[in-house]
Amino acid sequence: MTARDAADEWREWLVIDGQADEPCVQLTGRWSLRGVVPRYVAVAPRLSHARKVRLSATELAAWDSSAVNFLAALIRDCRARQIDVDQSELPDGLRRLLTLAFAVPPPAERRGPPQATGLLASLGQHAMNVWRDLPAMVEFAGEIALSLGRFCVGRARYRREELAWLIEEVGPRALPVVSLISFLVGTILAYMGAVQLALFGAEIYIADLVGIGVVREVAALMTGIILAGRTGAAYAAQLGTMQVNEEIDAFRVLGVSPIDYLVLPRMLALLLMVPLLTLYAGIVGILAGMMIAVGVFNVGMYEYYNETLTALELKHFAVGAIKGTVYGGLVAFAGCLRGMQCGRSAQAVGEATTSAVVLGILLITISASVLTIVFHKLGI
Amino acid sequence: MAYGDYVIQRDLNFTVNRGDIFVIMGSSGCGKSTLLKQMIGLNRPAKGSVLYDGEDFWAATPEAQVGRQRSFGVLFQAGALWSSLTLAENIALPLREFTGLPAELIAEIVSLKLSLVGLAGFEAFYPSEISGGMKKRAGLARAMALDPQILFFDEPSAGLDPISSRRLDELIVELRDSLGATIVLVTHELASIFAIANNSVFLDADTKTMIATGDPKALAQGEVEKVRNFLQRGGA
Repeated sequence: MTARDAADEWREWLVIDGQADEPCVQLTGRWSLRGVVPRYVAVAPRLSHARKVRLSATELAAWDSSAVNFLAALIRDCRARQIDVDQSELPDGLRRLLTLAFAVPPPAERRGPPQATGLLASLGQHAMNVWRDLPAMVEFAGEIALSLGRFCVGRARYRREELAWLIEEVGPRALPVVSLISFLVGTILAYMGAVQLALFGAEIYIADLVGIGVVREVAALMTGIILAGRTGAAYAAQLGTMQVNEEIDAFRVLGVSPIDYLVLPRMLALLLMVPLLTLYAGIVGILAGMMIAVGVFNVGMYEYYNETLTALELKHFAVGAIKGTVYGGLVAFAGCLRGMQCGRSAQAVGEATTSAVVLGILLITISASVLTIVFHKLGI
Repeated sequence: MAYGDYVIQRDLNFTVNRGDIFVIMGSSGCGKSTLLKQMIGLNRPAKGSVLYDGEDFWAATPEAQVGRQRSFGVLFQAGALWSSLTLAENIALPLREFTGLPAELIAEIVSLKLSLVGLAGFEAFYPSEISGGMKKRAGLARAMALDPQILFFDEPSAGLDPISSRRLDELIVELRDSLGATIVLVTHELASIFAIANNSVFLDADTKTMIATGDPKALAQGEVEKVRNFLQRGGA
């Protein structure tokens, strides 16, 4: 298509006449963003020989940004080619908007649109981020340790009511979901074990399997994961939003350590509540196992009770409680860390929350394997 | 106008004319922002109606309401730019959603809008990377994206230095004059009120109703003492 055709196509909006070196560009008709409008690049070739351009809009019926945009592109191009543009016949409003558009020159250094990174590059970037994240995590753990020290000698500043509220939020309010999950997990364990044990006519050992399994490992693990989703995420979102609102800076300027005031109570609340929740989850799991054994596999209720008592020792409860406490501490750590590291936007809060849950579960899994090996070596 | 049983303002009756720069003023907490929200269709008034060209906004069908809102541009107090999008994407979003323009033309118009508010070249910046005043101006560029007939501003000069604030005022007048838009502002910046407004309503927190309407320059010399005090800074 030649330039002349392109211009003819836009006849409804645009008439270009006059001499080739002194053309007159007339806008006509209705220019609206809601309709079809010509772009300057389509008609630019028509002005290639121009030395002076006259703009006119005497027959322009209606205009909006589309017309301003067209004229701005035209004027920018003409200025770049040092061609005079006569705007005197344009309507007042249009001329003023054009003046405004050129009032502040764009900065010499322009940033391009955000570039998409390749798969390999983003993989490397992630690895670097993890590497850089490690010192920050160690530093944060150190700060928490110092704060715990201050707490132990009674010099940490925090609000007792807030601690009480956090404890209620973490402990009693988590009971329904912890009950449900441990009940279901106990049921699953009992079924899986029973099917195998029934081959040997040894259904009674469901009690051992469920009792030890739940109390030692599963109760702590499930509680940890529930808390990562429930409490770790909440911590990250709370602290992250406070970071966005500069509330944490407000603490810092006051000389109040945000670690003492915000992180410590959250750590304490979880550390205090998790052992209790773990024990509770263990008991619910045992009850679920008993229900299945008695109801489905015809084990006597009293036998099951007796077998559970023989199988379980105090050390199993201790192991469960220790694991639970470690997981809880890690969940609180991940939540508070990501909350405090949060950027200052809505998206950053979302990322902090996601990352808190992922990191929490990751840490739980790593520590679960380490602890299991350690307890095994110690013969507990 | 009320939240639950708590009445904030009652018996409001005023008219904004086409091409006005209309100020909603009053002391803090008297319901200015609430009134604005009811005018732009975010909160339904407890009683009464908001008429545009004689049509009751709140009695209209949801589709008609959305259609009406498309002729509004709103600048929120803190800009309310979408933080996960660059400035260019922020301004392009309404254009992409409500016009059938090709992507290159949208990009051109986005650059034009940014240059109108003095932010040429900032297309690729995220809202978190620019200052408060720039966020306001970028918010204005987004509000203007669809060439609205009515522009609403909630405290446009709050948090701006006097010079940025004056520039914004000049920009508002310039937009009214060149685009022929109607402007409705919530503000208690006296300097802005006198510099740009030609019509206003004054909401009183104590009597919970409006006690004056008209050109603020006239109200400053008018008969209502409270308004006179407000406009003369409690002095004189």
